[in-house]
Amino acid sequence: MSVPPPPMGLIAELTHRCPLQCAYCSNPLQMDAPKSELSTADWLRVLDEAAAIGILQVHFSGGEPMARRELKHLVAHASKVGLYTNIITSGVLLSDEAMAELLDAGIDHIQLSFQDSTAEGGDRVGGYRGGHAKKLEAARRIREAGLSLTANFVIHRQNIERVEDMIALGEALGADRMEIAHTQYYGWALLNRNALLPTRDQLNFVNGVVDAARRRLQGRIAIDYVVPDYYAARPKACMGGWGNRFINISPSGKALPCHAAETLPGFTFPSVRDHTLAEIWTDSDAFTRFRGTDWMPEVCRSCDRREIDWGGCRCQALAIAGDAALTDPACHRSPDHHLMEEAITTAAGHAPLDLVPRRLQQAIHD
Amino acid sequence: MADGSTVPAFRRGVKFRFDSVRNAWVLLAPEKLFMPDEIAVEILKLVDGARTIDTIVEDLAVRFDAPRGVIASDVIAALKDLSTRGAVEL
Repeated sequence: MSVPPPPMGLIAELTHRCPLQCAYCSNPLQMDAPKSELSTADWLRVLDEAAAIGILQVHFSGGEPMARRELKHLVAHASKVGLYTNIITSGVLLSDEAMAELLDAGIDHIQLSFQDSTAEGGDRVGGYRGGHAKKLEAARRIREAGLSLTANFVIHRQNIERVEDMIALGEALGADRMEIAHTQYYGWALLNRNALLPTRDQLNFVNGVVDAARRRLQGRIAIDYVVPDYYAARPKACMGGWGNRFINISPSGKALPCHAAETLPGFTFPSVRDHTLAEIWTDSDAFTRFRGTDWMPEVCRSCDRREIDWGGCRCQALAIAGDAALTDPACHRSPDHHLMEEAITTAAGHAPLDLVPRRLQQAIHD
Repeated sequence: MADGSTVPAFRRGVKFRFDSVRNAWVLLAPEKLFMPDEIAVEILKLVDGARTIDTIVEDLAVRFDAPRGVIASDVIAALKDLSTRGAVEL
């Protein structure tokens, strides 16, 4: 086994706690309990190791990363060791004081999520009254601090008709970047798929809106558009390839090739409490098993896109086709591709459904 | 439209630095990361929010002893590409 090139990014899931309850959350159904979370000292060591092995960017995520009060120390430390620091947040805890502390700590960028263009819609999906208003305040604080702002909008069947308003909101807030992200169906989102998956007409509508907005905003606001795998002919290069670009650390310290990897059976994910990031990246079974192209089924191995999409997503292959080592069924060459079409038909046939809100308590008690 | 008098600058949240692990220059941006090729690296080293595209072209043309026209089209193409991807402001 040759030594792999160094990883690019570290996704630091500081906690699964979150004030919001979005039913499309990609966190696992079985979330890490607060008492199992890594200590600050553990995280500081992980950040040192990350910089030493060539990681360039750290994305503080969760749950809600700002639910950990020591976030400012982690940002300051990451910045000190040369990492580019990014926070992926709901924004509801971003007070004036918190903003000032993060700015002092050297934060490079904040990605702020929105659940809708309106308070009514956003607060309903987030399950947090007043949440949308707090996000608007958070956006203002980020821009007044002189930081670059990414506004992230997760779209699904229940808010998709307001996508033009969402883009207008991002513009009005002074976003430098926007993400219009179709829900990715993992974790809570997979559980709620029949209530969230858009119809083909809805998808075509959004494609048109995003195309027009991109042309209009070119050179001013970049729009990243994440399409739903269920309508794709080709799979996404999930995480830029397994064990190829990213290390994701769960709140309790498990090193994962992607944030949903704990759904995969037959894996022992190494903990940063027991192993260095260098060992985990280079030698662990978890990171090497689906790395590169050797593991691929014939359909992928003989495909000229094998090093473009890396066979797609292992978690989706498991969730839809029943085996993580198969071609992602999002690919039109997959023998299981018809299952995606069937999921669309099933979702479209459902009457409007209630969402199952993401709840930590429920996960702990189950 | 970018022309010779345009002053390119890194956008907010973009950092251009040398990575000693890879022994290469990297361009770090919000939720993105670029590994610029050798030509782009030489261009980006001159992007400081003060120099115009003409000044950058002049500098490169002298240092690399290359025709200004060729350099100018390389510089504008590289900067336009990075502008579209949100790393540089023109």
